Amino acid sequence: MPTHTFTLNGEQVTVEAEDDVRLLWVLRDILGVTGPKYGCGLEVCRACTSHINGKAFNPCAVRVQDVDPGDEITTIEGLADTSDQELHPMQRAWLERDVAQCGYCQPGQIMTAVAVVRKAREEGREVGEADLDAIRNICRCGTYHRIREAIVEGARNM
Amino acid sequence: MGTPPPTPPPDESQPAGSGRRRFLGYLLAAPTLVAAAELGDWGPAAGTAQAAIPTPPQPPELYDLNDMLTDAALPTANLISVRLHSDGTASLDLPRAEVGQGITTSSAMLVAEELDLPLDKVRITLADARPELLFNQLTGASNTTISTYTPIRVAAALAKGRLLEAAAAEFGEAVSRLTGRAGVITSEGGRRATYGSLAKKAASVATKQVSVELKERSDFTVIGTPRSRIDAVDIVTGRKKFATDLRVEGALPTMVCRPPTINGTVESVRNRAEVEAMPGITDVAVVGTGVAVRGRTFGQCIDAVRALRVTWGPGSAEGKSDASVLSELRKAEIPPAVPKLGPLTKTVEGDFTFHFASNSALEPNSAVADVRSDRAEIWSGLKSPIVAQQTIAKKLGLPQDAVTVHVTEGGGSFGRKLFFDAAIEAAEISQKMGKPVKLMWHRTDDFRQGRTHPMCTSRVRATYAAGNVLSYEQRHTSISTDFTHGLGEIITRMASKLPAGNLGFAETIFTLTQQSPYRFGATTQLLSEVDQGFNTGSMRNIYSPNVRVAQELVVDRLAAGMKKDPYRFRREFLKDERALAVLEKVAEAGDWGRTMPSRTAQGIAVHPEYHGVVAALVEMDCRPETTDREVRDGVTGPRVTKVVCAVDVGLAVNPRGLEAQMMGGIMDGIALALTSSLHLKDGYFLEGSWDNYFYTRQWNTPPELKIIVMPPTTGKPGGAGELGVPAAMAAVACAYARATGTMPTTFPINHDDELAFEPEPVQPPIPQSPTDGLEHAH
Repeated sequence: MPTHTFTLNGEQVTVEAEDDVRLLWVLRDILGVTGPKYGCGLEVCRACTSHINGKAFNPCAVRVQDVDPGDEITTIEGLADTSDQELHPMQRAWLERDVAQCGYCQPGQIMTAVAVVRKAREEGREVGEADLDAIRNICRCGTYHRIREAIVEGARNM
Repeated sequence: MGTPPPTPPPDESQPAGSGRRRFLGYLLAAPTLVAAAELGDWGPAAGTAQAAIPTPPQPPELYDLNDMLTDAALPTANLISVRLHSDGTASLDLPRAEVGQGITTSSAMLVAEELDLPLDKVRITLADARPELLFNQLTGASNTTISTYTPIRVAAALAKGRLLEAAAAEFGEAVSRLTGRAGVITSEGGRRATYGSLAKKAASVATKQVSVELKERSDFTVIGTPRSRIDAVDIVTGRKKFATDLRVEGALPTMVCRPPTINGTVESVRNRAEVEAMPGITDVAVVGTGVAVRGRTFGQCIDAVRALRVTWGPGSAEGKSDASVLSELRKAEIPPAVPKLGPLTKTVEGDFTFHFASNSALEPNSAVADVRSDRAEIWSGLKSPIVAQQTIAKKLGLPQDAVTVHVTEGGGSFGRKLFFDAAIEAAEISQKMGKPVKLMWHRTDDFRQGRTHPMCTSRVRATYAAGNVLSYEQRHTSISTDFTHGLGEIITRMASKLPAGNLGFAETIFTLTQQSPYRFGATTQLLSEVDQGFNTGSMRNIYSPNVRVAQELVVDRLAAGMKKDPYRFRREFLKDERALAVLEKVAEAGDWGRTMPSRTAQGIAVHPEYHGVVAALVEMDCRPETTDREVRDGVTGPRVTKVVCAVDVGLAVNPRGLEAQMMGGIMDGIALALTSSLHLKDGYFLEGSWDNYFYTRQWNTPPELKIIVMPPTTGKPGGAGELGVPAAMAAVACAYARATGTMPTTFPINHDDELAFEPEPVQPPIPQSPTDGLEHAH
């Protein structure tokens, strides 16, 4: 069986898996990293959103063979370590606003939120209503309003 | 744990010198302090009816579904216990399901309040199925806090009293000289002991009954204060575990290849050996619902499901479509009784259709099962775990006590987890394969074969003359709603499976939940149900969102006919002071009647249920620049730009959690009114992903949202989980009608538009995951 090497949450991992297995299943079923959730497997619901080299992506839609040894994958479990504090500012904003209900979509929401703020910054601006409207992550509990508030607050501390 | 003799819980005797009611509970023989109380509602079951002549009270005003659930619980001897640990924490094994509604947090608050322990020292776990609880392990009808509010506090208060006694013995001082606060007992003499140090000393060597007083509401420091979820840190760090996150030895990923039409059956599998040989696949088995595959990863299960060549038999809704179902409903409608009257009496009528909607949660149906020859163990998010245990035991041919059912935290429910479709399927698969399985439904299956809120119609006829509404009749006709979870217990489950049993149960539920909050003279609301061929169930309420939308739209018509403002008309005709108060609150906070541009408007609605009442004021934008917004693979259309909601649940244990429940209810109401439904065609639902089934997305959310939690009224908590949906959905519908000048009669309003997506094929039954994710990284 082919082996695949990449950096996961700051540590190099090597895993045996068929080339076309999507990264989500490598993370969840083989490596036991369960923060990224399955909600569709179709790159629609965004519950599995994680980061690759700092950019948001959906591991349900990436074959493990397409991840290079130099790629750094960050899941919700590794987000805090990308900041200099115990929790990432976006996680703290989530706590401050008590955003979560069932919590199933929230790892993906937070990972998306961080990327949305970074993208706006790269474009030389702060995150605005249009950016928030464009977020595709589903929250079936309907916490959308608190998500919006938390992103704005989290951005202030990023 | 010893089971004490059953005793009527409330001790109404009032000892001399105390004006406060005492409650009975138990100290249980255990190594550390364990205090317990019987589960059930301890208050008078029936509320006080208003004398509302000439509109006689409807059943739910006197006695509603919630009362039925709590009364069903009263005769059972069952205990809920608070346990003190040497590390200073207290724990409670809650016989309810947490699915996002926040009951672990609110229950922890009840313990923290009476025990005077910091909230972060209280741990709440979810109890396994406990068949001795009979009716009392059902999480539904927004009943949890209503039914646990007193017993949890009694148990915690007993524990506190016992800690004080233990400290008194240790210090050699009278209990009256001690106070317990923040997990520490201090004496006037300066002695000090933590709860943890007393947990063993306070343990009871025998189980005995004791009485206790509860705190007065004015002494509350936790109940009624806004608190964040106790599992929030676990959630934001990805540590919170759902069923498919569990690591159970040998339980490999498992999926089912499902039929192309609803409830179709397997006739034969043509390439079993080929699929068994696919990479990672360990097992293939035919089960009642399809062909199960088990493998190293879910990705390989998806590949195997797609590779299976199965000959399918017909399903239970073969050939049916939206139009044919509507025609079935039309034939079953009960006509109104009040004839159209003479020239001085005017009639307003409404005829509304509500399409199938999915109660799919974001966590798809999933369960872990490990079935052996003599026993079985199940893990799943379950709101009726006792029925699950009993039904699974029967299916496996095992004694009930050989089946252990663990309740995991659920990733949403919305009615879905009242049933245990994944748990029983996982058990069957595990038995057939002889191996542990971790079963997960594919998203596409969760929409197409999962349970739905049934399609229904609601016809209303109201008559008015001389400034009065004389009669209000509503005839609700629905595809049968499956209530075979009964009251969470096998006996009622069996009763609702008797011939015509489900109809009786449905009518009972309808009668116990539906009410008109208005003085509309002779009021009748009747239900008729047809066709049991669909997989149905409750969906964040059962009938109320649809019944309420129909009524509120007709209320606006009555107001127009009588030349009254919709808000003032409601004020005039509302029966109940609490309903009036929330209505007035949203009108004031939402600036009702403000001047707005054309094609934009406000709508207002009120909804009473489960000892609570809520009002919503909605602002809607139907201008082309808004409705024509483009979102890739999304639905835009009219946008709700503002919602103001006021809610009175009697007593909000956790106002922050209550706000969250209202927020979710509002998003559901917006979805059901404007965008989300299932389209039935040729015996299957076309929707197969979240970009087909248009639940509210960020681009549909109201930029302005204000939720007002009213101060305590009744002093007792009412239901919250379902309350927000009907008022929000109705206010959206009313605002849309006023913005466009056309009363909508089909919901969601876009259901009959051209499909906004390309349906996925039905064979293979699930789509393959994309591979271009890196191109979309942002």
